[in-house]
Amino acid sequence: MTAQVRTMSLDRPAPGAPALAHLVAEAEVGEVPPDDDIPLYAPRREIYPQSVHGRFRNIKWAVLIVTLAIYYLLPFVRWDRGPSAPSQAVLIDFPNRRFYFFFIEIWPQEIYYLTGLLILAAIVLFLMNAVAGRVWCGYLCPQTVWTDLFFAIERLVEGDRREHMQRDVRKWTVETYVRKGLKHFLWLMVAWWTGGAWVLYFADAPTLVKELATGQAPFVAYAWIGILTVTTYSLAGHMREQVCLYMCPWPRIQAALTDEFALNVTYRYDRGEPRCSVKKAEQLRTQGQPAGDCVDCLQCVHVCPTGVDIRGGANLGCIQCGLCIDACDNVMSKLGRATGLIAYDTDLNIKQRLEGKQAFYKLVRVRTVLYAAVIAVVGGVMIYTLATRDSEGINVLHDRNPMYVRLSDGALRNGYTIRIVNKQLKYREFIISVEGLPSTLVDFVGLPPRADGRQLVSVGPDQTKEVRVVVTDYSATPPAPSTSILFKLIDIDSGETAEMRDHFFGP
Amino acid sequence: MAEEHREIDALSGTATTGHEWDGLRELNTPLPRWWLWLFYITIVWSIGYWIVYPAWPLLTNSTQGVFGWHTRSAVIDDLDELKRQRGPMMDKLATASVAEIVNDPQLLDFARAQGRVAFADNCAPCHGAGGGGTKGYPNLNDDDWLWGGKLAAIEQTIRHGARSGDKENHEGSMPAFGRDNILKANEISAAADFVRSLSGLSTESGADLALGKKVFANNCAVCHGAEGKGNREVGAPNLTDKIWLYGSDKVTIMQGIQNGRGGVMPAWNGRLSEPIIKALTVYVYSFGGGEK
Repeated sequence: MTAQVRTMSLDRPAPGAPALAHLVAEAEVGEVPPDDDIPLYAPRREIYPQSVHGRFRNIKWAVLIVTLAIYYLLPFVRWDRGPSAPSQAVLIDFPNRRFYFFFIEIWPQEIYYLTGLLILAAIVLFLMNAVAGRVWCGYLCPQTVWTDLFFAIERLVEGDRREHMQRDVRKWTVETYVRKGLKHFLWLMVAWWTGGAWVLYFADAPTLVKELATGQAPFVAYAWIGILTVTTYSLAGHMREQVCLYMCPWPRIQAALTDEFALNVTYRYDRGEPRCSVKKAEQLRTQGQPAGDCVDCLQCVHVCPTGVDIRGGANLGCIQCGLCIDACDNVMSKLGRATGLIAYDTDLNIKQRLEGKQAFYKLVRVRTVLYAAVIAVVGGVMIYTLATRDSEGINVLHDRNPMYVRLSDGALRNGYTIRIVNKQLKYREFIISVEGLPSTLVDFVGLPPRADGRQLVSVGPDQTKEVRVVVTDYSATPPAPSTSILFKLIDIDSGETAEMRDHFFGP
Repeated sequence: MAEEHREIDALSGTATTGHEWDGLRELNTPLPRWWLWLFYITIVWSIGYWIVYPAWPLLTNSTQGVFGWHTRSAVIDDLDELKRQRGPMMDKLATASVAEIVNDPQLLDFARAQGRVAFADNCAPCHGAGGGGTKGYPNLNDDDWLWGGKLAAIEQTIRHGARSGDKENHEGSMPAFGRDNILKANEISAAADFVRSLSGLSTESGADLALGKKVFANNCAVCHGAEGKGNREVGAPNLTDKIWLYGSDKVTIMQGIQNGRGGVMPAWNGRLSEPIIKALTVYVYSFGGGEK
């Protein structure tokens, strides 16, 4: 019995099991080309995925609708920020160097939030991978979502797998051309809308839509719509699984990150083998001989969007979308056998069951805990810095040359270039004081003092202002070669402050 | 080796390429054919560059490309565009007086930005990148001015220079009292000690300050003033403050009395455009030493 069970692992397919290259290019199995004609380039094998119903298909539909709805509609969501800022909820404003996300406004120098976001994204990806394999690839990746949408359109116009395949091999009729033309037209419309939605994130959406419709939009908008139309149409309509198999780096990285406890879409060969037809299986069972649940109906292969046979074990081509689980469950239900012949499981559990031991799932382990901890820390730091960041800022740059100036009465003077940042959407007036020297005079070069003698710097809404400041030290004792001093920026209305340390140099 | 045998690898079930290196064989996992086609397309695409851009060298020139685009003409276009963008502000700078510029915050920012670049190109070789000066070349950041530190005075100095030969330049220089046999060595030494004492610097033991005072009154006070406070009309520095253009040690002072001094500032009128001269004036003024 055990001799008939195929033992499989990630890195070494069992003898006789179809290897990856052949799973992908099924047509080549068994064909050995003549010696002098070694095929270094493989022809593309057309994949006709069959429609399927079930739990994972429903999850995929839900994800598709939600993610695409967000993508296409988000630019039209409004968010009132007053008269001096755009009222679009999510806007990447390149001309004014601002990124708006609902109540958050990011300046270019705060790009580290993007770094934090990318770290979060990477670790979340790792965590998903540690828990349930290629969740990203199977459900969330734009390539998967758009390809899924394009498959749906294809099935709608050209029919399901069988009908589509038959029409393709028969002599093409007018109807074939009409259907294919309609399919490509619909694909292009979706691709065009995808590009159209993309540019709306970079300008006021309703205005840009009007401009696009009347031909008055900037050339760059049309260019980007064109580029994204072409990429969407070719990647989701034509390249499809080739992107996952040949172009995407994540499957390679993912393979290096996974471990034996990660749940993967798995064919439970402990239950499925030996494969035989329904009748044969009944015969064998009545004879008291072993018979697997797999009836070799190939439904799992036919529904696969990347053309993989999951029964060959985990492999690079499998994006783990779970559609084969739905297909197999449907067949098992009809046959009156237990579902879950293909399921989220581990090779470890298969071996456990083969040895008569209890299967186990280990969700809490070092890597999942560490990933979760990193996510919590990075997310916490980001939320904390975002919540406590100042709405004003001060940057101080000491003169490179001269480092210090001796005045005629012997006092020392240092020059600084100061940039004041006002992140609020209103005019604000600031005063700057310097702490750390016994006797100082702070002068804003060229800034006329007010009636009370104070020099106030006014900064426009959502703007910065550069001022030159000279600090003169009149203390009798000569200062050290370098004294740490503190520049304090104070909003005269609200009293909010920002600080920056710098140095006062002497001989 | 390809002719000898093509095997199916027993372990993976994949065909091999038939190549063998010291017992290592290579599995044949072929690239998709579309990849090959993409490679050919990139080659065809590259031919487009020959046609669109200047590419092939000819005897005296090169092919010009169908759009006539050229890196050099592109730079010229960019510079023209920059000029066009700055045009209105530059015009304002040309017509406004320096006093008006200082009182217009927007114009002041623009003038300082222009002045910074012009200063680095024209002034920094002598006065230093930040106007810090060096021996013989005044520090423009401090409050000590040979020819005056008000806006108008700075503009005058930049336009016409000092000892530059310009018609309206600043004239007057330190005579060579020693070389021209006006003063004797002991008088020079005494005068140097006396000058140091004016700003409270130490003097050598046994210095004849009385002689120095007499020499100073007879020879130096004409320009430097009876109290040594200097005279901006002739560019005579104030000898009582803490700032020394050439240095405050006795030897340097004696060298000055012996051989005289007369640093030259060139006249920039005509060499720099009107708006740039004004921008430089405002920029130098805003180093922090400008006088009200």
